[in-house]
Amino acid sequence: MSEDNPYFGRAARFIGMLKHTQVLGMKIFAATAQSLTIELPYNKSHVGNPSTGVIHGGVLTTLMDTACGTMVVNALPDIELCPTLDLRVDYIRAAEPNKSIFALAEAYRVSQNVVFARCTVHQGNVNKPVANCVATFMRIGSHLSPPEFKQAILGEAQ
Amino acid sequence: MASFEEILQQANACGDYRPVVDAIPYAKLIGLDFERFGEDVIFKLPNNPDNIGNPILPAVHGGVVGGFMELAAAIHLVMFMDTPTMPKIVDFSLDYLRAAKGGRDTFAECQVVRQGSRVANVTINAWQTRRENSVATARVHFLLAP
Repeated sequence: MSEDNPYFGRAARFIGMLKHTQVLGMKIFAATAQSLTIELPYNKSHVGNPSTGVIHGGVLTTLMDTACGTMVVNALPDIELCPTLDLRVDYIRAAEPNKSIFALAEAYRVSQNVVFARCTVHQGNVNKPVANCVATFMRIGSHLSPPEFKQAILGEAQ
Repeated sequence: MASFEEILQQANACGDYRPVVDAIPYAKLIGLDFERFGEDVIFKLPNNPDNIGNPILPAVHGGVVGGFMELAAAIHLVMFMDTPTMPKIVDFSLDYLRAAKGGRDTFAECQVVRQGSRVANVTINAWQTRRENSVATARVHFLLAP
């Protein structure tokens, strides 16, 4: 899948650059022009409440910020660095321990200056979400994005 | 080994919350620390290469800044609650104001805006060099009843 799908390749190279996403263990599960899914396997070091083994909300925040941000990379015509403006998260139910979590993200509006994204975290059934979020990203413009950043995301193919 | 509930009760009885933070794996993962000054608490996220997001800036991953603020708010609430339980997060609203630069420590301070019997509203300010130059501000709702 990764060889013939440019969205998957871009997304994988983007999250591969972000040290903390690698520390947590995130990997691209699926990527198209319209949506993106990141998988995060369960890990005891992510736990926020030791009596329940439930992962901390901060891990979900990082996962959703990353999923939305990676989707933004795939939604734009040229590679642009887009800092997060804000993030608004609802924690709907606790994630079940010992199971992977999946973040499904979409960029539902790309305007001249801002990209609007949303994301749902689930554990296999998207109709039983663990968390929902909406996020906005500021476009700084392709010409202002560092060339080494663009190169790293485009990879050798370009 | 004491259960997490016992650790919370013990902390509530003696006022030392270090063992609570030590018992939370995610706190250890990002390196959360804190210091109390009487009734005031300042939380600290020490510089840590593992917390970097964009390596080109470089900047602390926005999600880690958010996670640090969420966790700081929960611990802050635990410190000032009468009944020691880990509050459950309901929702979280986070505004990023400037990049949290890599190579620097990040700090956070919390304010309990309203604590009812079931829900608490907590705001958090995070900064690196000066309190006034926030890197992010956030608001969290917690459910207090188990």
